[in-house]
Amino acid sequence: MDHWRDHKLAFWVFAIPGTAWLVVFFLAPLAIVWALSFGENISITQTRVTGTLENYGRALLTPVYLQVIWKSVWLSALATAGCLLIAYPVAFLISFVGARWKMILLAAIILPFWINLLIRTYALIAVFRTRGFVNFGLEWVYETLFLDRLFGPFQPLELLYNNFAVGAGLIYVFMPFMVLPLYASIERLDKSLLEASLDLGAGQFTTFWRVTVPLTMPGIVSGIILVFIPMLGSFLIPDLLGGTNAQMIGNVIERQFKSANDYPFGAALSFLLMYATFAALALRAYAAGRRSAAQV
Amino acid sequence: MGQPIIEVRNVTMAYGRLKAVDNVSFDIEANEFFALLGPSGCGKTTLLRIIAGFVSPTSGQVFIDGQDMGRIPPNRRPVNMVFQSYAVFPHMSVEKNVAYGLQVTGTPAAEAARRVGDALERVGLSDLRTRMPDQLSGGQRQRVALARALVKQPKVLLLDEPLSALDAKLREQMQMELSHLQADIGVTFIIVTHDQDEALSMADRIAVMNNGAVDQIAEPWVLYESPANRFVADFIGKVNLIDGEVSGARGGRVTVATAALGKVSIPHDGPASGRVALAVRPEKIRISTSKPGDRDAIATTGTIADWAYYGDSSHLTVETGDGHRLGVIIQNDTRTTIDAMDIGDAVHLSWSASDTLVLDR
Amino acid sequence: MGWLRAPAGGPLDYHRRWWLRAYVGLVFLLLYAPIVTLVVFSFNDSKRNIVWRGFTTKYYWKAWNNDSLFEAFTNSLMIAGVSTAISTVIGTMVAMLLWRFRFPLKSAYEGLVALPIVVPEICMGVAMLAFFSRVTGFPTDWPWPFNLSAITAAHIAFSFPFVAVVVRARLIGFNRELEEASRDLGASEWQTFWNVIFPYMRPGVVAGALLAFTLSLDDFVVTFFTSGPDTLTFPVKVYSMVRFSVTPEVNAASTVLIAITIALTVLAMRLQSPARVG
Repeated sequence: MDHWRDHKLAFWVFAIPGTAWLVVFFLAPLAIVWALSFGENISITQTRVTGTLENYGRALLTPVYLQVIWKSVWLSALATAGCLLIAYPVAFLISFVGARWKMILLAAIILPFWINLLIRTYALIAVFRTRGFVNFGLEWVYETLFLDRLFGPFQPLELLYNNFAVGAGLIYVFMPFMVLPLYASIERLDKSLLEASLDLGAGQFTTFWRVTVPLTMPGIVSGIILVFIPMLGSFLIPDLLGGTNAQMIGNVIERQFKSANDYPFGAALSFLLMYATFAALALRAYAAGRRSAAQV
Repeated sequence: MGQPIIEVRNVTMAYGRLKAVDNVSFDIEANEFFALLGPSGCGKTTLLRIIAGFVSPTSGQVFIDGQDMGRIPPNRRPVNMVFQSYAVFPHMSVEKNVAYGLQVTGTPAAEAARRVGDALERVGLSDLRTRMPDQLSGGQRQRVALARALVKQPKVLLLDEPLSALDAKLREQMQMELSHLQADIGVTFIIVTHDQDEALSMADRIAVMNNGAVDQIAEPWVLYESPANRFVADFIGKVNLIDGEVSGARGGRVTVATAALGKVSIPHDGPASGRVALAVRPEKIRISTSKPGDRDAIATTGTIADWAYYGDSSHLTVETGDGHRLGVIIQNDTRTTIDAMDIGDAVHLSWSASDTLVLDR
Repeated sequence: MGWLRAPAGGPLDYHRRWWLRAYVGLVFLLLYAPIVTLVVFSFNDSKRNIVWRGFTTKYYWKAWNNDSLFEAFTNSLMIAGVSTAISTVIGTMVAMLLWRFRFPLKSAYEGLVALPIVVPEICMGVAMLAFFSRVTGFPTDWPWPFNLSAITAAHIAFSFPFVAVVVRARLIGFNRELEEASRDLGASEWQTFWNVIFPYMRPGVVAGALLAFTLSLDDFVVTFFTSGPDTLTFPVKVYSMVRFSVTPEVNAASTVLIAITIALTVLAMRLQSPARVG
């Protein structure tokens, strides 16, 4: 690698466009929102930055908002755990199959990333709604078993517009994100360590818990962070699947900016999300730093 | 000899406090096959890259054919390089690789085609000219790298560990080919290597480097038979080192007191005093089961502690009475040589005093 | 339970255990079933959309003739095209910068460039809303296609870091001796870039460009917040239709978008596969 001072012209030519774009169309907007989070509304269209902490106070102390924040956190945590449980065996299998199947399965995991989030969420509506595929299937089973003669006509389950729908949606959308870091760390795992463990008398189950899981912990941690943060800030999934019954922080933020026109409060809420993101990233960097320090 | 083709003057390359190259000066004559030899991290590759122009030295100068290379970029230097990884462009055919250096400098197409043809012929790749690099073996890729550099008709060809990626058989063959090629085309070669056999068999002169400094520059046999110091003696070939102290010097001989051999008198020019090491090559030591008669010989006794059999020769370790271990190489001259002795046998060792070197410790 | 533990093949041949295969098969089934049914039912000749009533393509014609949907689609392609061109150039330059140079605060700068990738979409969306509508008073009445500038600028801001990551990953495998060999053979820095470095990184650049295109085409959240009331993009239009009801027309429109993204993804994977790396 060259020192920038040896090639000043090339350095600046490469550095300026990206940096300028980032500053004007990314950092400046974020800085404005950050400033607004310390502001007050002075009329319908105007706000003034006064340095007040009232917006944060309102978000963290008003029960109704605190409830939304709390729900966002536990829904995301639950969905993250769900993703981990579903994704680990998938990642495990992929890292043990042959090269050709590995390519195919990885492509199959990656493909949904590229399909529009909106469309994937929409696809779930057709599955979960009262006249959707799940209820349709259940009704068929119900009637095939003649349960309608015993208990009366089939009552479709209300699967949409509740916490269940949002949780399922989060798992559905984010599960592939969990597979990749897990796969990467299981793939890196030296398979002869597993053989050594079996050779030394441990069973498959013990080997999994005492060798595989600890050694793939970096993948587990980064998978959790990779999935939890976007879940916490998701807007579209609770908006479409949760309706008014199951809202998350994202929906409250949207309402402040789009309809309630309370920019300072919306800004404070979105920066609470930002702070959580930064904390998670710092945690990951700290974990990675400790790992590399331990290896030196 | 005329004007040196390369003059290296007080070149130092410092990375912070670490000196990769430390005040190195030497000349290389035209048409010489010159080797920079040393262990990894001794600064030999850095020195080569300074000559090629990829690294600017912290201080000092490099002259090529009398011209100061100070601020001349690598693409304008009359030297070309064969890289350790060969650096054959993966997206170009053999022919395009070789033509590249002529194309980018605007050589007329007809001349370029002729020179590329000649170069490919010279390295024996005429039949593979349309192949892509991933269809070539390691040895063939190296020939491409060689042809690509030679087609530029450089004043000096630089080779960075050119044989290290080849297997042993092929390496030996390429050593011969490189020697012949150099003699044929009469271009100065500078080769960087950590392999003493490579340097000894190919080079006219060798510079042995250690910790950024050049310890000795000499012909191969001089390096082997008269190493300037302990490092050179130890790095090139195998050597037995016996610690001792100079107790007297008179008439071109010094007397050295050692724990292993007692007092020995050795022919030695130049000054020697204080703590020294006596060096003797293992193949110069004679081994026998009976007491040798030679009066000028240094002699000792011991038992054979270890025996490593190499087919053409055997490497023996002999433990002398006071716990010293000496390496001895014997040629397996006859099919029965190894039957004469066995591990545990008591033996007599002797070697000529003139085969013994006195080195500073 | 003995049959569960009896290994087929060696002890490490986990992929031969039928129960693991079955489980993973089920996961993939659940992952793809909703999307596949969405596509299948875009051809269903029924407004009720749940029982198969026969094959038809009439909803595709309906979507095609839906003027506002078509306009939204054109807008999306325009935005994606411009955003891809600019993000690819900027992102490639940033990748070169990070690959090539050592400079003070480099790791901080790397973190900064990666920020648009990690910041929650909603935060970026509201930041764009505040920036363009309230603070800069960015004009919204420019003629087409300049009325899309704000959205395009926002798309570039979150796309080019992805391009930079992809191109840089490609560059990491580059053997710097190739560059030195080119210089050694007499090429200038400029010749070396176009003859040696660029051919090497081209698959990365193309893959980055395709990624930028899909990111822009797919983006809903940032566009939803950045767009003024009059500028519609495809995902925003689909969103308003979805909120209204589930109709085969939405399925048809979605299917078209899925087809485009899958085609681009396959292309990107082809370009990145090792077989094509010379």
